[in-house]
Parts: sequence; structure tokens; C-alpha cells
Amino acid sequence: MRRSLPVATVAAITSAGLLLAGCSGKGSSDSSAGANAATKGVVNASDEKGGTLTYAMSDAPESFDPGNTYYAFVYNFSRLYARPLTTFKPGAGTKGEELVPDLAESMGKASDGGKTWTYKLRKGVKFEDGKPVTSQDVKYAVERSNFARDTLSLGPNYFQQFLQDNDGGYKGPYKDKGKEGLKSIETPDAQTIVFHLNKPFAEFDYLVSAPQTAPVPQAQDKGADYTKHVMSTGSYKFESYQEGKQLTLVRNPQWSAATDPLRKQLPDKIVLNLKVAQSTIDKDLQSGNTMVDMAGRGVDGQTQAQLLTDPTQKSHTDNALGQRLVYTAINTKVAPFDNVECRKAVEYAIDKKSVQTALGGPIRGDIASTVLPTDIAGYQKFDLYPQKYDGDNLDLTEAKAHWKKCGAGNVNTTILARNDRQDEIDAATSVIGSLKKIGINAKIQSYPTSKYFSDYAGVPEFDKSNNVGLMMMQWGADFPTGYGYLQQILNGKAISQSGNSNLSQLDDPEINKLLDGAIANTDQAAREKAYGDIDRKAMEQAAIVPLTYFKVLMYRSPKATNLVSTSAFSGEYDYLNIGVKK
Amino acid sequence: MTAPIETTGAAAEAQPEAVLEGVESKRIEGRSLGQIAWLRFRRDKVAMAGAIVVILLILTAALSRPLQHLFGLDPNQPHQDLIDPNTTLPKGDFGGMSADHLLGVDPKFGRDLLSRILEGSWVSLLVAFGATLLSVAIGTVLGVVAGFYRGRVDAFISRMMDVFLAFPLLLFAIAISASLQGGAFGLDGLPLHISVLIFVIGFFNWPYMGRIVRAQTLSLREREFVSAARGLGARGPFILFRELLPNLVGPIIVYSTLLIPSNILFEAALSFLGVGIQPPQSSWGGTLTQAVKYYEVDPQYMIVPGLAIFVTVLAFNLLGDGLRDALDPRSR
Repeated sequence: MRRSLPVATVAAITSAGLLLAGCSGKGSSDSSAGANAATKGVVNASDEKGGTLTYAMSDAPESFDPGNTYYAFVYNFSRLYARPLTTFKPGAGTKGEELVPDLAESMGKASDGGKTWTYKLRKGVKFEDGKPVTSQDVKYAVERSNFARDTLSLGPNYFQQFLQDNDGGYKGPYKDKGKEGLKSIETPDAQTIVFHLNKPFAEFDYLVSAPQTAPVPQAQDKGADYTKHVMSTGSYKFESYQEGKQLTLVRNPQWSAATDPLRKQLPDKIVLNLKVAQSTIDKDLQSGNTMVDMAGRGVDGQTQAQLLTDPTQKSHTDNALGQRLVYTAINTKVAPFDNVECRKAVEYAIDKKSVQTALGGPIRGDIASTVLPTDIAGYQKFDLYPQKYDGDNLDLTEAKAHWKKCGAGNVNTTILARNDRQDEIDAATSVIGSLKKIGINAKIQSYPTSKYFSDYAGVPEFDKSNNVGLMMMQWGADFPTGYGYLQQILNGKAISQSGNSNLSQLDDPEINKLLDGAIANTDQAAREKAYGDIDRKAMEQAAIVPLTYFKVLMYRSPKATNLVSTSAFSGEYDYLNIGVKK
Repeated sequence: MTAPIETTGAAAEAQPEAVLEGVESKRIEGRSLGQIAWLRFRRDKVAMAGAIVVILLILTAALSRPLQHLFGLDPNQPHQDLIDPNTTLPKGDFGGMSADHLLGVDPKFGRDLLSRILEGSWVSLLVAFGATLLSVAIGTVLGVVAGFYRGRVDAFISRMMDVFLAFPLLLFAIAISASLQGGAFGLDGLPLHISVLIFVIGFFNWPYMGRIVRAQTLSLREREFVSAARGLGARGPFILFRELLPNLVGPIIVYSTLLIPSNILFEAALSFLGVGIQPPQSSWGGTLTQAVKYYEVDPQYMIVPGLAIFVTVLAFNLLGDGLRDALDPRSR
């Protein structure tokens, strides 16, 4: 869940209820020409320099340290001051998923069957204090972010999982003061860095796009306090940071366009105001006092209703796919849902249309039928459990037939949801209503997002003792490939005793094998096909009831330039080159 | 309202002649404290109105389920056809008001608001009454014991009250409601949620009641009728229950009626925080919580539960004020 979990944690606070109509991905036309423009191309493209660009956010991330974060918006924003080895090229929608070298001069070179990856750094890249960036700084950044979990605990630890560990276990640079550090990252010279993996990983270029590979000079590292002043390698540097209040960035004079084909360095200053009420942000966006809502989760429910009922206002909105699926996980280990027929009955019985309305209508997501969201490579369109409607009523013939076959009769079960997400509670309420019609009496139990995986839904023992048959869930990818998306939620080996995200506890040998095979395969087309197959297999097992492909509605400030909503960052605008219109 | 009759307060019952002082009596007639209070109360129109509303509310709550049955209402029946899928708001003006749905329907689901308010009434009132009863029971017993025995007993009970008052109630409520969700004490689902709410609200509000009762007891125990009882050889428990408690009934009733509305609001607050009654069960607080997000686009949805809570709280407060005036005119 990585990345979507913390994102969502904050979402709880602003959790928007109702939402309105917009265009769905199926090509329905908009009433106004400007709506969704930034999901199709760059809006207000401009090279105009100067001005102050203002961001606002309803909460505040714990850290802006590129090595200590898991928020998609910090991943996005941090690139202004921290250059990872690779990154995503600004582009509309799925075009934004194109990976390009950033700090590295080219994509990684794989050898040893995908177990060794070599990157060359660009020459002439400097920190804000003028010191040249070396491969040692990149190595240090990976070591501190992945191996010092007790100091920097917020980010993912993919590198720790995939890199060969030292004998006896590497303890991270704060504890292990040895000069050599982690042996599986080699730095033969100042420009070269070599990663040795413990198994083939064909999508390693995606892993190094995480801000964790952005160089950190060891001399300036202050552990968790590094967030107070991150040493910049990007186009902007920290001027001041008041925790929970404001972050100000100014141009980084040591940055040079000669070493950076991506960044433009347009505004003079970038100000990020933290902990501003969502409704205030929405109003400021419309008045032009704020240009970007940093968290990118869209406007709040009321604003949304107002925007969409006014055609002029609506033309300033973008309804973007968030690379995320909203679904109900069926616990395959609890009776009667350990029987695949019972699960199939549930697939047919849940009235997805009314769930969609409960989640906020089509603008908050299109009705889903697959595990992979439509904006992830490998997505194939299919629907194993097509739903038929008679007017507004779902036809339950299939559902009842399967439920009869499963032979469970009337059963009681529990459905879990997160109590700080009203939409999720509403969706669960709707699911309960649907299931009642085939004889499943579900009662809702809701828990805070922060403990949902660590103490409740993600604990198989808890689910078993509480007779939890169904769990509400939302999943976003860490990186936009089928593996990044599916691995955590379908892999039988990913089931853990706490913090589990494979909520269905599906452990299908075929799916496990396909996943392992796919990630070792260097042929991209073959990998993507495999992801589609895995998706189909999972749906055959009926372990997941896809509800909607998550979407957000954002207000696009007419005062900002170069706005483009990218799938690579959950539909957020790409923050790399936003400028100010005079 | 002022009554022309002067009394010497709670001890009036023991001294009927005091009631008659100053009255230009045509015929001498003994009246009990209750009768006097009722006479005074009846003359207070505002309080009477409050009492009538309260009685109606209690009747509605008690008959909520039969009434729903009678009119064929189902608070959890969705009507997707009444909802505009794009806005998720009810179709039509005023939150989808129509002959079928007199108060309109709720957004997203299209459930009938009237039946949800009706269904919520018994939940809200049950929680409020239950919690009040619990606080009153604990508060009265401990308060009267503390006030009567004084000394160490009083010191201990009073410190206990301080501890309870200092307790971070809201945090505790959130924690306990969350941790007991899975079922506890053989209860599950709605009965569990209601019991937890009653416990949390009632168990932590008793010190207010306790302090009032203790203070009253402290002054009562020095009164002549208590000394007289003691002089006649009555022991502690007898004095407590036969002499003191009857004289405490007035303040207890008054304070209870004032506690009920605050408990209704507390239930709403807890539901607002998502730790009260779980959906899809309707409760006033829960409905209000949902409605807050729609106040600009569907104000009707918020007005209905808001009005229900407002009227109830107001009615109980008026009733409480009137009772206080009637029972103890000097306390104004």
C-alpha cells in the first residue's frame, strides 16, 4: 500500500463526501471545453519566468526528507530539490508514466540476468553548496533510507528487500560507521554506481525513481532532522522551513539546465503553506491566492458540487484517474467465503452502481471489473461477473444461483472499514444492503486508518476471531507497473501476521509463480501480458470485488502554467515545472 | 414565575403550617410538597410546553418501531431512483421532499429521512436516559454517603470525583468504543454500541451529580428533623434513606432533566467522531454528522436532525428549569 496508505491517512481528514458528474474514461463528452484539459495535455504551457508559486495543503507531511517519505505528493514535490536516478517525464495521464533518466545520464544497464544494475551519474551536478555530487552520495542516500529504519522509518524499504545484504546484516550508516557500508552497492568511481540484487528484478529502473536515490551528503545528514534543510540538487533549495506551517524554496544557483533536460526553474520562489483547511484551499485556488493543492486529492465535497453545477467553473477542473482501485476484499480463509462459489455470489450480488453513488458518483471513480486499474500498464479489459440492471435494480438471478450452489443459506459476517473515511463507510453500508438480499447479514466494524492494517484488517488472526468476511480497501501502486501494483495484494508470500495488505489472504500457487516469473522477465511486453493473466486468475478466484477505479476532481488554477495531471503520481499535477502567469 | 407562597424549603413537608403562613386562607387545607410544586409548575406555561413536548418525544421514541411498521417505513431501504447519480444528491427541491418522503431522503442512498429520524429517536433517547440514570444512581449513592459520613469517607469519595472529572473523557470514549467493537460481554452490534455509549457517558458524568447531592446532604444533615431522628435513636442507614433521600428528590429530578439534553448532545458528539452508533443504524448524532458535509448543497438534510436535537434539548431544558422553579423557588 505503500504510498497510497499515508496519502490516504491524510485523506481521512478531508474525506470528501459527495461528488458530481464528469466525464468518465469512456469518452463521454464534457459540457465545457476546458474541463479535463490537463489530463490530455499540458495546460498553459509557458516558459515565463518569475513570480511566486503558492502551494497549500490541508495537513502537513511528517517529513520532506526524500529518504523518509512515502507520500506520492512528496515523491512528486521533492524532485524540485532532490534528483533521483530516474524519474517520470511530465506528461498527461498514462503518458506521464514514461520513465527517463534524471540524475543518471541514462537508464540502468542490467547484467547478470537482471541481478546487477549499473548507473552512470551526469557530470557537473552540484549540491547547493557547490560540492559536486558523487555516486557515494547516492549510495549513502539508499543506505540511510532503507537500512536505518529506526531513524528514518517512513519510506518503503524495497532496496532492503532486493539488495544483497552484508554478512550478518547491515545496520545502516548511523550505527555501522565502517567506511565500506553496504557491500552490494559499489561505487567504482565518482560517477558510477552498481547495485547487486539478490534476485532478478526487471523493473529496477522504477525502483530507483523513488526519491530515496536522491544524493545526500553524509557530512550534512542529521538523521530525522535532515528534513529541516535538505541539501538541494534540484532547481530549488530550502530557504526556510517552519514545521507544520510553511516551507519556502528559492532558486538554487548551483543548478544548471545544462545537466538537467527536465527542469525549467520558472518561478522565483515557491511557497508551500501547510495545515490550511481544505475549504480555504479550494476558495484560494479559485481566487488565485493559491495555485496548487499539494496533496492532489481533489477539492472537498461541497466545492465539488458547486464547481460541477457551474459550467464556467467546471471548465477549470480536472477529473483524473488516481491509479487506484477501490475494492472489497473477500477473506478466503473464513467460512463461508472459503468456498469460491460463495465468493462468486458476492461478486454478482454487490450492486456496484449504488456503491459508486455511495463513493461519490462517477466523478469519484468508474465502475471497475478488474484488479488492475485502467491506467497501469498490463491492464486488460474484461468482466467475469457482468452485472445486469433492470432500471435501477440489480438483477440477482446469477447471485442467487451461485449462493444456492455454495449452500451457505443465511449467514452472519463482519465487514471492516476505516471510520475516518466517510466514503468508505458509505460504500460498506451500500455493500451491506446489497448482500442482505441474498441472505448475508453483514455488520460493520470500523477502525482508524492509522491502525487499520497494523491492528485490524491486516491481522489474519483478528479477522478470523471477529468473523471478518469482507474488508473495504483502496490500493495504489508504488510504481506504475503491474508488479508494483499486484505484488502486495495478491502474492501469497506477502501475507504477514500484521500489516498485511493481501487482505483476501489469497495464496494461489499459480499467481505466485506468475508474479515471480514476470518480475524476472526482461521483456516488457511479456511482463505486461503476465500482469493481465494474474489479474484474470485473481478474478477467477473471486478474492477481490473491484468497485471503482478511483478518480479525483482537482481545480486547475488559471494562474499557474504548465499544469499536467500525471498518472505517475496518482493523478496529481506534475510539480516539476509549474510556473506563474503574470 | 414566582409563587406567592413562602415555604421554608425542603423541610416544608414536615411543617405544613409553614405553607399556610401569609395565605389568606378561606379554608385550611394541607398540601404536600408535591401538590404545591405541581400547582406552581402548572402555572408555568413555558415549562408545561416543554413537558408536553418531552412526553410526546418519549411516546414517539417508544412507539418508533410500531409506527414505522404501521406506515410501512424502512429507515434502511435505499431508493437509488431518487438520487441523481452524478451529484449523489436527492432529485428535486428541498432534499427530495415528496408525498412519499415528507422530510425528503438522504444523499447517496435515498433513504427516507422521516423514518431515519423516527428510528434515531429511540436510540438517542435510550442512550440519554440510560446514561442519565447511571450517573444519577452512582452520583446519588456516593454523594449522599460522602455528605452524611464526612471525614475519611468524604475525602475518599471527593478525591474520586476529582479523578473522574479530570479524566480525558473524550479520548477514553474513543478508545473504548473502538476497542469493544468486535463484541464484548456477550453483546454484539447495536445492543453493544448502545450499552457502551450508556456506560461511557453515564459512568464519567456521575461526579457532577455526586457533588450536588453531597452539598445538599451536608446542609441537610444539620437540620432539626435529622437531629430529631437521631435523637429518637435512628441509625445511619435509616436516616440516609428515610430522612435525607426524600428531601434530595427535588434537586435530583431537576438535575436529571438538565443532564438528559447534555447527554443527547454527547451521544451526537460521539457519533460525530465516528465512535457512537455504527451505520447503517440511524441515530440523530450520526445523521447530523453525515449531513454536515452537505450543508451548502443540501441544507434540508442537516436541518432535519438538527431540529430534532434542538427541539429535544430545548424541551428538556425548559422542563428542567420549570421543575427547579416549582420544587425549590429559592434556588434561582
